Amino acid sequence: MMEKVLEKASSMNNQSSNIVYNTQQLNLWYGNHHALKNIDLEIKENEVTAIIGPSGCGKSTYIKTLNRMVELVPTVKTSGKILYRERNIFDADYGVEELRTKVGMVFQKPNPFPKSIYDNIAYGPRIHGIKNKKILDEIVEKSLRGAAIWDEVKDRLNTNAYSLSGGQQQRICIARCLAIEPDVILMDEPTSALDPISTLKVEELIQELKEDYSIIIVTHNMQQAARISDKTAFFLNGEVVEFDNTDVIFSTPEDKRTEDYISGRFG
Amino acid sequence: MVGREKFDAELKKVQDLMLELSNMAINTLNDSMDHLLSNNIEGALTVINNDIHINHMEEEINDRVILLIAKQQPVATDLRRLMVLVKAASDMERIGDYAVNIAKETIRIGKDEHIAPIHLIDEMRIKTIAMLKQILDAFINEDMEEAKKIAKLDDEIDEMYGHAIRTLLSVGVEQPSQLSQITQLSFVCRYLERSADHATNMAERLLFLLKGKHYELNN
Repeated sequence: MMEKVLEKASSMNNQSSNIVYNTQQLNLWYGNHHALKNIDLEIKENEVTAIIGPSGCGKSTYIKTLNRMVELVPTVKTSGKILYRERNIFDADYGVEELRTKVGMVFQKPNPFPKSIYDNIAYGPRIHGIKNKKILDEIVEKSLRGAAIWDEVKDRLNTNAYSLSGGQQQRICIARCLAIEPDVILMDEPTSALDPISTLKVEELIQELKEDYSIIIVTHNMQQAARISDKTAFFLNGEVVEFDNTDVIFSTPEDKRTEDYISGRFG
Repeated sequence: MVGREKFDAELKKVQDLMLELSNMAINTLNDSMDHLLSNNIEGALTVINNDIHINHMEEEINDRVILLIAKQQPVATDLRRLMVLVKAASDMERIGDYAVNIAKETIRIGKDEHIAPIHLIDEMRIKTIAMLKQILDAFINEDMEEAKKIAKLDDEIDEMYGHAIRTLLSVGVEQPSQLSQITQLSFVCRYLERSADHATNMAERLLFLLKGKHYELNN
């Protein structure tokens, strides 16, 4: 199976220059629990890659490994490589701050800071040393426009971000992520706490964002994966069962386990 | 293992309806041919009047499939299965229409004695009905091998069609007074040949369902 996945991944990505992440034989353990097993995945730039699979399959662990957030769990051990732009993120001299500047993350529940809308967006750039008000204003506007929320908040930038609706808060978090000009955006079930209209707005936003960013999204919502992603990886029990173009995964998947899962006959 | 009981139960209802529609269409075609051969105008009128039931069944299949897609969002094989059911129901509904067309020819011919090559048309009927039953069985059992055999039967029916038409034309040369009946019987041959084409369509749809790829069996 693994050879097949590898072969497929390599045929889909014959130009190494546009590969953002190249995961090679990644294994991860939480203590004795083997959570990720021999993962091989190539993620291309300017694409939306969806990770699907039942609870506990390792999909959230996988994307939290891509920005090394998973290392916050004390018992974590890893083996294998994750090449981000051809450099192994596990190398001893690879600074985690440097990585996270390039790789932004949006979480399941909107988590704005208890600050004004403006300060939420300006937070990252300020940490990176930008003090000039004019530049910060530009970054805030550009990021909010990029997250398709500028028109809704431009007249109340100084109000607390908590006063916004859940869907708006999530787009503020996406804008906060854009403010540091990342290369990749990781999204861990970004719409699971949102109503259908807000979900649609975030999905439309993801389609726009892929023009400039590479997006990796974990989702429990298979229709969402089918609607918005270019490639889909199906994880099961810590392994990649199948990775292919989304059109193939949702019409003629190769592995019966994939078909059972996407058809709702597995779990 | 989690199932999709509600989806599977609804799908079963659509499959049962499809089976009922198919049996009705095939039997109607067979009956219509019987009426033709026995100059039974009353029977032909019944075929015409009953076509509405076949049409309604096809509409019901379409409506149920639309609801299933809207409510259950099937993908992959489940979705192909529904699409194939809709298309196959349309094939069978067309066969019902051919039965009606044959009934109309029966009425046009009336009580006139049939010309000699009528037996060729009856042989075509026997083969076409057997082919339709065969594809229906293959459809129910989702049997790929049986579906592939359909192409050969279609070639045989095409050959019978060519032979019947040539024979009818030669009778026309010898008996110009029978031109009207020759024309009507030529149409009947055409309706049978088209019915066999729809059986081939169904075989192609079954292969698409099972393999997720399009097949052309008519070449």
